[in-house]
Amino acid sequence: MSSIEKHSPSRVERLGDTPRYPVADPGMEEHVPRLTDVDEAAADRATRQVAMMFGLVPLLAIAFVVIYFAVPKSWFIDFGPLKANAQHVGLGVTLGLAILLIGIAAVQWARQLMADTEMVDHRHPASSSDDDRVAIMRDVDAGIEESQITRRKVLGRSLVGALAALGLPAIAVFADLGPWPTKKVRAATIESTIWAEGVRLVNDITYEPIKAASIVIGQLVNGEPENLKDLEGTAFLQEKAKAAIIVVRMDPQTIKIPDSRKDWHVGGILCYSKICTHVGCPISLWEQQTHHLLCPCHQSTFDLGDSGVVVFGPAARSLPQLPITVDAEGYLVARGPFTVPVGPSYFERDSRNDYKQGDN
Amino acid sequence: MAKPAATATDAPSLEAQAPARELGPVFKAAAGPAKWADDRLGLAALGRKNLRKVFPDHWSFLLGEIALYSFIICLLTGVFLTIWFKPSMAEIEYEGSYQLLKGLHMSEAYSSSLALSFDIRGGLLMRQMHHWAAMLFIAAMLAHSLRVFFTGAFRKPRELNWLLGVGLLAIGLIEGFAGYSLPDDLLSGTGLRFVDGLIRSIPIIGTWAEFFVFNGEFPGDLIIARLYMVHILLVPAIILGLIAAHLALVFYHKHTQYPGPGRTEENVVGYPLYPVYMAKAGGFFFIVFGVVTLMGGLMQINPVWTFGPYNPAEVTAGSQPDWYMGFVEGAIRIMPNWESHIGGTTWSWNVAIPGLGLMGLMFGLMAAYPFIERWVTGDTGEHHILDRPRNNPTRTAFGVAAMTCYGMFWIGGGNDIVATQFRVSLNAVTYFLRVAVFVAPVLAFIITKRICIGLQRADAERLLHGAETGIIVRGPSGSYGERHVPISADEAFTLTQHVEPLPLTDGSEEEYAGVPAKEARSERLRRKATRFYFQDNLRKPSRAELEAAAHHQALEAGHGGHGDGHGDGQAPRHGHEDNGHDGHGNGNGHHAIGSSESESSTH
Repeated sequence: MSSIEKHSPSRVERLGDTPRYPVADPGMEEHVPRLTDVDEAAADRATRQVAMMFGLVPLLAIAFVVIYFAVPKSWFIDFGPLKANAQHVGLGVTLGLAILLIGIAAVQWARQLMADTEMVDHRHPASSSDDDRVAIMRDVDAGIEESQITRRKVLGRSLVGALAALGLPAIAVFADLGPWPTKKVRAATIESTIWAEGVRLVNDITYEPIKAASIVIGQLVNGEPENLKDLEGTAFLQEKAKAAIIVVRMDPQTIKIPDSRKDWHVGGILCYSKICTHVGCPISLWEQQTHHLLCPCHQSTFDLGDSGVVVFGPAARSLPQLPITVDAEGYLVARGPFTVPVGPSYFERDSRNDYKQGDN
Repeated sequence: MAKPAATATDAPSLEAQAPARELGPVFKAAAGPAKWADDRLGLAALGRKNLRKVFPDHWSFLLGEIALYSFIICLLTGVFLTIWFKPSMAEIEYEGSYQLLKGLHMSEAYSSSLALSFDIRGGLLMRQMHHWAAMLFIAAMLAHSLRVFFTGAFRKPRELNWLLGVGLLAIGLIEGFAGYSLPDDLLSGTGLRFVDGLIRSIPIIGTWAEFFVFNGEFPGDLIIARLYMVHILLVPAIILGLIAAHLALVFYHKHTQYPGPGRTEENVVGYPLYPVYMAKAGGFFFIVFGVVTLMGGLMQINPVWTFGPYNPAEVTAGSQPDWYMGFVEGAIRIMPNWESHIGGTTWSWNVAIPGLGLMGLMFGLMAAYPFIERWVTGDTGEHHILDRPRNNPTRTAFGVAAMTCYGMFWIGGGNDIVATQFRVSLNAVTYFLRVAVFVAPVLAFIITKRICIGLQRADAERLLHGAETGIIVRGPSGSYGERHVPISADEAFTLTQHVEPLPLTDGSEEEYAGVPAKEARSERLRRKATRFYFQDNLRKPSRAELEAAAHHQALEAGHGGHGDGHGDGQAPRHGHEDNGHDGHGNGNGHHAIGSSESESSTH
């Protein structure tokens, strides 16, 4: 206790400081009998109510079983706001009411018929008594003494060391939770996609290659690389999660195309990663007039008429653009892979090469 | 006079009663097994102490019960779901009965979720009950924690139980998230992708954490199986352990009680566990269970079949997490796009701060609050009588400010829906909320504090002037006034029994002489904090003021000739009479604590 504590005014008032506890405790309220306490007929009525509710439960339980077996799955309820499978609703309503009635009946029983005189219990401080504290310390001391741990300190130290060492295997077994994202692994996974020079842009549902001539100004097409269809299962999903693109055609006169990206587009047809640079949602809401693309997850908005820079929302980096051209048959193809990793940020990402507003 | 309260020790003990009683057939049949069990387990000794344990009655004590019961419902329905659900990301072709998805490639997890919804009788009911109960679990925990906060039930000796509760709330969010990620539909997959981005954003170790959680690149082929283990084994086991500890402490400390006549810090007034609370609490379990079952049967939730299988190149507008993740979602949405590019590294503040920082801040503040308040009051005593929220205006204001802040973030989680429903600009909603999350809590704090102090004035008014009768009386001089009647002794006690913490004036230089500078600084800060906390509080009327008011009222009553106010069936006990006041006196001498220096320094 510091000297301040002794000087400082009492911190809170306690019960018993009578001047500030102006009204004495009048003691417990008088017990007011309920109607069911004084009127036997009312008590009988309450008893009948409770028994009636319990009595309905077996009926509802049987109804549940009947519905389970007898109502075909094809029956359908279309009644007011309720449009649902008849079996499902029937099971829910019968079971729900059955359970609910047990609850209401039990509470009604307690409220109306069980004794409702309030009782008083005494509290004890949460702490142990001083006797207990002294006794336990004596026991602890005896244990320390008998174990000789204070005399032979090396015992305790080596025990702690031994237990701590077990932490190493405990940690090590989790080392293979996943591949280690070393520089090489990152380069092969999150930093690359299956886009490469000459890969055709295809429609993401039909896998039909996209012809430059088939896109009109203002149109947006959701696309994927053609080589995605060679993949299956996990690899398919992992690549699709990165390689998804959107292809838009805008009037080249109305948009800004930096010198460095002059040959990345085909007559105003531009291709961007569909994966948001914020947390990776596929972006899809296209505002044709403003050339803005809005992410429906967190509303980051990118200007596709200005190399995909962020114009609103929590995303921090421009949408990566895929350089494209047309092949001999007039189909859109990639001129190479994305120049920066697509998708959300991660610690080791070198973000110095991303396009920033005003770059050339 | 009130009849003396029956105490637990007055109740006839079981032993004394047993031999004399004529046993019915059920008890006779049970007697043998009961003896058998007691010979081995000593149940009588255990039951004797606890069977008639007293619990106080109040509706707000049911909130925690709802949380407990909805967790039990989750366990029961969850067992049914595990019988059918396949936590596998293996790709298969859908062959079930839902025609719109027939022939589509999807994971076994999604396919089995569809089977639960369409092909297994009662499966959809169980799925929907499970989801509704999970929503209710977290909602009830939150409401329960607010009740505990606003009534000061977290004070000594219950700080540890408050921490257990904070832990339950935090881990409940994780449990819920892991659960709604399992069906592997488009919505849950979108949620998982968000989590992938969130984990990645952790400075320095983010990529490693991502690769370890997802077994490599998103989505990988193991995340559903891993979340399944977390959802049905790891987290439920932790929750069960925490709940057991939480309830054990409730049992040990005995429940808090609201102030009232006969309620003291040394007793607990209420009904016995057996039979009243077995019936009431047991019945309430069935009520919650029944309502959840009806909700599962009648109210659709998470119709996974309408979303389709997860496809990393698709998302639907309006995608949102379950409600309890809404505040994090909102923070993510309204956060400015701050990101640092230092050398070859990227520090993604725009995701890490709202995603991880906000949750850490919320649970951190919740966990710290009891200790902060205790430091301010310097109070070392036990508290079993609950505070009325108005009697600690600053705490109540902090609580409402926190709720407001949470609410603003939560609105942010639906900023697109707000924009479309109210036809306002999405950008305007976002910019507004960026300011509102900071400004609205301050306004809420000020308003709440004023309301609390207003309510304190209303209490003082009732104590000194009595209750309004609605009867207007014309005086001899032609003036009109409303007749007041004294409030009951029970109410007067309830309104005045609370502890009044007082603001401390800063100590003089001498007082700090010889005290280490650090300690003095801390004490100065503490005293400043007590002024911030308590100096606006209204002091309750003193005994002298009440007596003066009663005297004045008796005069008025005699003068006016309407002898009301007494003898109306509320005979005061313990001789403390006449605490009402019928005149038009104006709060003689009771004022805010801070307005009188002499008062605040005489303690």
